[in-house]
Amino acid sequence: MKQKTGLITIPALALVLILGAVAADEIATLRGGTPIAEQAELSAIPQVVDTDIRSKRNYPMQPPLIPHDTRGYDVNLKVNKCMSCHARQRIEESLAPMVSVTHFMDRDGNFLAEISPRRYFCNQCHVTQTTTRDVTENEFKDMDELLEERAVSEQDD
Amino acid sequence: MQYFRKIWRDIGRPSIHYSIGALTLGGFIAGIFFWGGFNTVLEATNTEEFCISCHEMKDNVYQELRETIHFSNRSGVRATCPDCHVPHEWTQKIGRKAAATKEVWGKIFQTINTREKFNAKRRELAEHEWARLKANDSLECRNCHNFDYMDFTAQSPRASRQHSTSLADGEKTCIDCHKGIAHDLPDMSGVEGY
Ligand code: HEC
Ligand code: HEC
Ligand code: HEC
Ligand code: HEC
Ligand code: HEC
Repeated sequence: MKQKTGLITIPALALVLILGAVAADEIATLRGGTPIAEQAELSAIPQVVDTDIRSKRNYPMQPPLIPHDTRGYDVNLKVNKCMSCHARQRIEESLAPMVSVTHFMDRDGNFLAEISPRRYFCNQCHVTQTTTRDVTENEFKDMDELLEERAVSEQDD
Repeated sequence: MQYFRKIWRDIGRPSIHYSIGALTLGGFIAGIFFWGGFNTVLEATNTEEFCISCHEMKDNVYQELRETIHFSNRSGVRATCPDCHVPHEWTQKIGRKAAATKEVWGKIFQTINTREKFNAKRRELAEHEWARLKANDSLECRNCHNFDYMDFTAQSPRASRQHSTSLADGEKTCIDCHKGIAHDLPDMSGVEGY
């Protein structure tokens, strides 16, 4: 009995080892297959889009993309650099669009005097864009396209 | 007492042993030494190594500066502490040095020797710098950034819009809009523009 278990254990262990090695080759890590002892080839850091041209929104509730550079803009307990331009009192000088009224609402829908704490950290929802190609193809269709497609298919019927 | 009175009398008395020429020359040479020595000390305290030789500066503001565009950029031009904090005109330089002596006081009596204490004092320190740069129309910034040679067409629209209006007509100066370009900002509640 004892003998038998030993016989099975050895091939089983070998199989696990082999499978493990194969898996290790296929697992995508942040190092991207570069051996531990080597430095990975670095790709260029893409430029941040800084055109100030507001981009299209894909659906009405989308947080708009940031059309400008935000390097060095502190948003922490002491200061919110974004609000130095986007606050209600600041837009006359900065010529920036004011944070919309939803930013003043608490979760019960009450309007506060200042922006709501849940909208304080702007970069949670708003992001800058860089001049790179999409990592994967984007198949998103907005409402207009969907409606149009349906109109066309109904016509065909 | 007797002794000092004698020296005092000697200084006041016309020289017997030395000629006018030798005395003038002596004074002249001594003058060069003093002046040179003074300026050498001044120059030595005018380097970044000196500024960050005390850990209060090295652990706080210097670390923050390292992450900014004034430390590393595509052009390879570095702004060091004295570039932004010490005026180039001689009289103003002496004035700033005298004020800095008070900051050395802060070091000796340990008012800012921890990150917490430094941050607590930061608003006050920052306000001194804002007031100084406001008063001299951001002179130190302009030593490197010359308004006359700014190419607005090469700037981002946000920048050129502000630079060609409030800055151009002298209503505002660099520090009014560019606070915190080199270090973390202190608590900004109540500061104009925030
Ligand atoms: C120096 C002033 C300034 C600061 C600071 C600033 N912005 Fe802006 N922002 C603008 C201006 C001006 C525009 C409008 C661009 C235009 O239309 O010309 C804008 C546009 C935007 C938009 C696009 C709005 C839309 O409807 O498309 C978003 C989002 C935005 N900013 C977010 C931010 C965030 C987040 C921060 C902080 C990380 C920030 N901004 C800091 C001036 C500023
Ligand atoms: C929880 C996500 C969230 C956070 C955090 C947030 N926003 Fe927004 N923001 C949105 C959404 C969603 C919209 C678009 C719909 C709307 O207006 O509510 C928007 C719209 C905007 C607009 C365009 C307003 C307009 O009328 O065109 C600006 C500007 C903006 N946000 C700036 C900011 C700034 C500055 C901050 C940080 C103080 C911030 N947002 C924080 C979600 C967020
Ligand atoms: C020693 C010279 C020097 C001094 C002094 C100096 N700067 Fe700069 N500044 C530079 C250089 C170099 C750059 C980066 C240029 C580049 O490569 O884009 C820069 C960039 C900037 C930028 C652009 C930041 C960005 O993110 O693109 C601003 C704003 C700025 N400086 C403001 C100031 C202000 C305000 C002062 C005074 C407190 C000042 N500078 C003092 C040399 C200097
Ligand atoms: C009325 C406000 C205002 C004043 C005054 C001002 N700036 Fe600016 N500056 C801006 C804004 C807004 C931007 C773009 C946003 C940013 O970089 O934060 C900018 C951007 C810059 C840039 C980067 C250029 C780019 O293409 O983004 C430099 C360099 C600069 N400023 C230097 C200066 C210097 C030097 C002075 C003083 C001679 C000065 N600014 C005065 C508002 C101002
Ligand atoms: C590009 C210009 C620039 C450079 C370089 C620079 N500073 Fe500053 N520093 C400022 C400005 C502007 C302020 C005013 C506060 C603010 O706006 O952040 C300041 C404020 C300070 C303060 C007051 C506390 C605070 O954080 O506000 C100290 C201390 C200081 N700097 C030390 C240094 C030292 C040490 C160095 C060198 C490692 C240095 N600075 C390099 C521009 C500069």
